[in-house]
Parts: sequence; structure tokens; C-alpha cells
Amino acid sequence: MIRLEKRAQPSKVWTYATPLLAVVLTMLAGGLLFAALGKDPVLAIRTIFYEPLFGQHASFYLPQLLVKAAPLVLIAIGLSLGFRAGIWNIGAEGQYIIGALCGAGVGLAFYPTESVLIFPLMVIAGGLGGWAWAMIPAILKTRFGTNEILVSLMLVYVAEKLLIGMSLGLMKNPEGFGFPGSRNLAHYPSATSWIDQSLGLHWGVAAALIAVIAAYILLTRHMLGFNIRLAGQAPRAARFSGVNPNRLVVFCLGTSGALAGLAGLFEVAGPTGSVTDSFNVGYGFTAIIVAFLGRLHPVGILLAALLMSLTYIGGGIAQSQSELQLPAAAIQLFQGMLLFFLLATDLLTNYRLRLTRGATA
Amino acid sequence: MQKRTLLKGAVAALALAASPAFAESHGGEKTKVGFVYVGPITDGGWTQGHHHSATEMLKELGEDNVEMVYQENVAEGPDSERVMTQMALDGADIIFTTSFGFMDPTINVAAKFPDVKFEHATGYKTAPNVSVYSARFYEGRAIQGTIAGQMTKSNVVGYIGSVPIPEVIRGINSAYIHAKKVNPDVQFKIVWIYDWLDPAKEADAAKVLIEQGADVILQHTDSTAPLAIAKEAGNVIGFGQASDMYEYAPSPRVSSIIDNWAPYYTARVKAVMDGTWETTNTWDGIGPGMVGIGEITDAVPADVKAQAEEMKAAIAAGTYHPFTGPLKKQDGSDWLAEGEVADDGTLAGMNFYVEGIEGDIPQ
Repeated sequence: MIRLEKRAQPSKVWTYATPLLAVVLTMLAGGLLFAALGKDPVLAIRTIFYEPLFGQHASFYLPQLLVKAAPLVLIAIGLSLGFRAGIWNIGAEGQYIIGALCGAGVGLAFYPTESVLIFPLMVIAGGLGGWAWAMIPAILKTRFGTNEILVSLMLVYVAEKLLIGMSLGLMKNPEGFGFPGSRNLAHYPSATSWIDQSLGLHWGVAAALIAVIAAYILLTRHMLGFNIRLAGQAPRAARFSGVNPNRLVVFCLGTSGALAGLAGLFEVAGPTGSVTDSFNVGYGFTAIIVAFLGRLHPVGILLAALLMSLTYIGGGIAQSQSELQLPAAAIQLFQGMLLFFLLATDLLTNYRLRLTRGATA
Repeated sequence: MQKRTLLKGAVAALALAASPAFAESHGGEKTKVGFVYVGPITDGGWTQGHHHSATEMLKELGEDNVEMVYQENVAEGPDSERVMTQMALDGADIIFTTSFGFMDPTINVAAKFPDVKFEHATGYKTAPNVSVYSARFYEGRAIQGTIAGQMTKSNVVGYIGSVPIPEVIRGINSAYIHAKKVNPDVQFKIVWIYDWLDPAKEADAAKVLIEQGADVILQHTDSTAPLAIAKEAGNVIGFGQASDMYEYAPSPRVSSIIDNWAPYYTARVKAVMDGTWETTNTWDGIGPGMVGIGEITDAVPADVKAQAEEMKAAIAAGTYHPFTGPLKKQDGSDWLAEGEVADDGTLAGMNFYVEGIEGDIPQ
């Protein structure tokens, strides 16, 4: 009989060991799943984890890893601040869209003028757009006590409608033969966020790294970071020590909104290129998983985003190689397992497993 | 005379010398064909249609000669660009990208791999190694409209629109024109879901349309959800879209528009094998077999069925064009004079409703 015993202190060892254990367990269970599908499990796991990093075409996949991870890191870093303080921004997807629309709007308005000022202006517009969209749930919460989870989530659907409206109307490419979608910003030198496409480098990648460092400093060295952590762990204590909860709500939602908006802007001006009705692919929601996978820790988030990207890219390779041809659903299941095992093994951080004898059941 | 035989001999020798080499270069390695799909291969509609045609192509050309790879559920945007690059790196000789949103990514990747051929479905951008292909679905819509106009008792036909691009607008216009021809009182209600495949939204749209009195549902979306709702509702009929959706026959599915890409895929892959591939812009309809009309079931009265089949034959033979004047635009301005036929350019960029349709194209 196995019994759970709460640890007095979360285990340091297991905090670092559980993610690794989860990856190993995912590989084992995933291998069984692939074997049950009649696929070579070793080849499948190897393709997903090894091929993008060290395989024949790693020079192409490694930069793709950065492209895929950058928006996830940017959004997840912002979300983690709020999540630590118990402020739940679930609408990053919407802030991502609005940031992209505002930033792209500035870029498209200047087309075809060339100037070094255009891209910085787009960045400001993108950040402000995401910030403003997040201010709606923030103000409603601080003024009227509404639930930020619901409001921010509902605003995602509003943002999606705006995106459709823009790609069919105001921002539609006048040279697009009536098809929806804006001009391609990636082909507009003053507006593109690409630094070097073959290296997978765009300003979003740079911004993501800066965000990781800034968040780390904020949380470990700054009073505001301490207040955020305190508000999450002991709200009453925070109240007594003079933390203004409303100001914290505005700060956390605003920051996460601005970062999501920036992620959207960098994406629309680079990897995606244009405002289209299918611009958003769920980064805002995946980032929630990434934030928790990374234990709400900036460095953890960076690693988690890279791991998620690896399973996407490796999973894609495993799908389209003729000797494997794994179904897309199996890859999704595999990604789900990873999250499941991470959360499950997380138990070991706070609890100890005890084997007891003589239990009669 | 001697000269001639000499020449003949030389040609024969050349041919002899060349043929084993030719056989070797193609016997050794298979032609690798990649397919990039926007949905799952089991969606019952668009992607399933493409995948079915792809496997038909494989059967036709033989697995000894062709190796096929595909990736399903590929999001439009940077992900699709990565998937295409990945296929090209893995040695694909020709890659079919089967969604409108893959257009720019296809062009971008094609520029990086000049030796790989690309084929983009339903777009308009070509390049030296990028062809485009699409089907004249509006021909099938004319037949649907003819059936729908006579089958509706409430005189309300519901239409589930996906994304308002010219292809979809053409379909609505064609269906409306022909429904109106057989039933002057018919009225179209259109709901846009801004998605090609979303069973939940499609089902909601179908419910809304049925609540508004529609007893015929036409869809330009890929799943069988609207047919499932029609079945639940009882006296409502619908049509299969992209794939036959025969599991809902004889009613609510009374007929269908079937995308048959197999002959095209076979011809294009064959062209790559033979080294005769060229950039083309293909737009085929019922005649060449790219658009198929699924069996019209007995739920449709015999005279209506006969009329529909007659129209199908006329379109296939090229004696009837679904957009033949006199036709006016929605705003009442003249479009086509008596007997005038719409040109492909106008059809390709169609961004207006014909007279009689209510509502605006979203923009």
C-alpha cells in the first residue's frame, strides 16, 4: 500500500528532477502508444526529439525552434507574473491579435514609405494595443469586481471578429484580387521584424530573451516582484504589508497584455507576414501551458517553450516521413501526455511516497 | 538514300544508348510526392477529398514509382512554411498545398527550392516552379440550386458560407440564380462562419438557418455537421460537400458536389516523372471530371432529378454556362446582357452578389 505524506518543505531535488522524469515517462508511454499503432517506437521518439536538434537538416530546424518558441516565451512570461499573484489572464490570444492589428495597421498606413522610424512605431503600437485590450478586464475588475478570467477570455472572440473584419475590409490588400488578407509586411523592408530569416532571428526572439532576463530580475531583485509573489502566496499578509491589490491587477494584466501584443506584432511582421483571418493559431492558449510547464519561472518558461516547440517540429517530421507517417492526433496525444506526466510527477515535489505494510483493505 | 539510313542508324543507336540510362535514372529512385493538408484526413470533406485523390494517384502510378508523404492539420502561416520546407529538404520532387491560406508560404518556399515543383490549390500566385489549380465548383452549385429551388416548401434556402472569397461568392450566386429560375419565390439566407472546417460552428449555423425557416441547407464548409443537424430536424435536406457524404443518403443528403482531384494529381506527378512539368493555371469543371455530382437520391422527385441531370450533361458538354445573361448585380446594375457568358477573369475575382440576394458580402 502506498501512502502520500506531505513534505514540510517542497523538495529541491524533485523540483528539478520532475520535468526530466516527466519527459522520460512521456517517451515510454508515447513509445507504447506508437508501438500500438504499429509504428517503430524507437524511430518515432528519435524522430521527434533527435531529428530537429542533431539530424540531417538540423541547420533548418534549429532556427525554426526559435521562431516557434519566441511568441510562446513572450506571452508566457507576461502571464506568469499574473499567475504568481493569482491574477488570471486567460485572454492572451486576444491581446496577441490586437497587438498584431495595431502594429500592422501602423506599418500598412506608411506603405510604401521607407524609414527607420516605421518599425519602432509599429512596436510601440503593438505593445500599446495589447496593453489596452488587457486594460478592459483590468479596469472592469478593479472598478466593478468582475471576473478577469471570463472577461479576458470573452474578449478573445471579440478580437477574432475584429481580425476577420480587418482582413476582409480595412486592411485588405488592394492588389489581392478580392481575396482576404493584408499586404505582406515581411516583404516590406521598413516594417519587417526579420533580422535574419535563415537563422530564425527576428526582433521577437530578441524581445523574448530580454523579457526572460527582465522578469528574472523583477521577481528576484525588485520589491514589486516580491509583492507579486506575496500576493499570490499570502493575500492577507500582502494586504497588511500595504500591497495595493488594484495596482497589482493593473500592472500584471497590463504587462501580460503588452507582451502578448508585442508577440503578435513581431509575428505578423515576420513569420506570418500578413493580417489574415487565420492569423492566430492559439499561441495565447498554448502559452498558458508553457507558463505552468516552466513552473512560472522565467528560465523554466524559456526551456518549456523550447520543449513544446521541439515536440511540434519533431512531431511534424514524424508525421510527414513515409516510414513513420504518424497521425496528427497521435502527436497531439503525445504532447498531452507530456503535460499530464509533468503535473502528475509534480506531486513528488510536495509529497513523499511511503510504502506501508499490513494495510487490510 | 545512304545518308538517310546512316541517320536512321545513328538515331537508333542514340535511342538505344539513351533508353537504359533513362530507365536507370527513374528505376533507381521513386518520385517523392508531398501533400500539405489544412484539416485532418478524416474530416469527411475537403481534406478527405484531397487525400482520397492522392491515394488514387498513388494506386494509378504504382507504389514502385511513387513515394507519397503527407502532413495533416497544418495551420496556415509560418507552420505551413516549415512543413513545406521540411518536405522539400526530405527530397520531395513535387508538393501539393491544398488550402488557400498556404498561398504565400508556398511562394516563399518555392523560391528557396527552385528544383522542387509546387502546386497550390485555389490560389492565384504562380512562379516558374509553382502552378495553381482549382475546380469550377460553381457548375455543381447550378445543379444544387436547381434541386434546392424545387425541393424547398418554405421557399427559404439556408447557405453556410465559409470565408468570403470569390470561390464562395461564385457558389452562392450560381446556386441562387438557378434556384430562382425554377422557383421565383425562393429566398436565400446566408450565414458566414469564417472557417473552412469547424463542426461546432457549422452545426450552430445550420440550426440558426433551420430556425429561420430554411428547409434546404447548402454548405461551403467541410464537415458533415450540417447534415447531422438536418437529419435531426427532420424535413430538412442538404448536400454533400467536397466528399460524397453518402452516409447521410438518401436523405438529408440528396446529392453532393465531389471534388475529384485524382486525374489532375496523376497527370501532374506523371509530368514530373517525364520531365514535362510546366507552370500551369488549371480551372476544370464537370466536363474534365474535376467536379463530380454525387448520386441524386430518390428523395428528389423524378422530374427534378431528370432536369438536374440534363443540366449536368449540358454543362459537361459545354453547351450551357451557369453564368449566362441576362443577369444583374445586386445593386441593380447590368452585368451580363442576354445570352452573354461571364468571362473567367470576372469570375475569378467575383466580389458581388447577383440581383435578388439579400444582405452584404462581409468586408
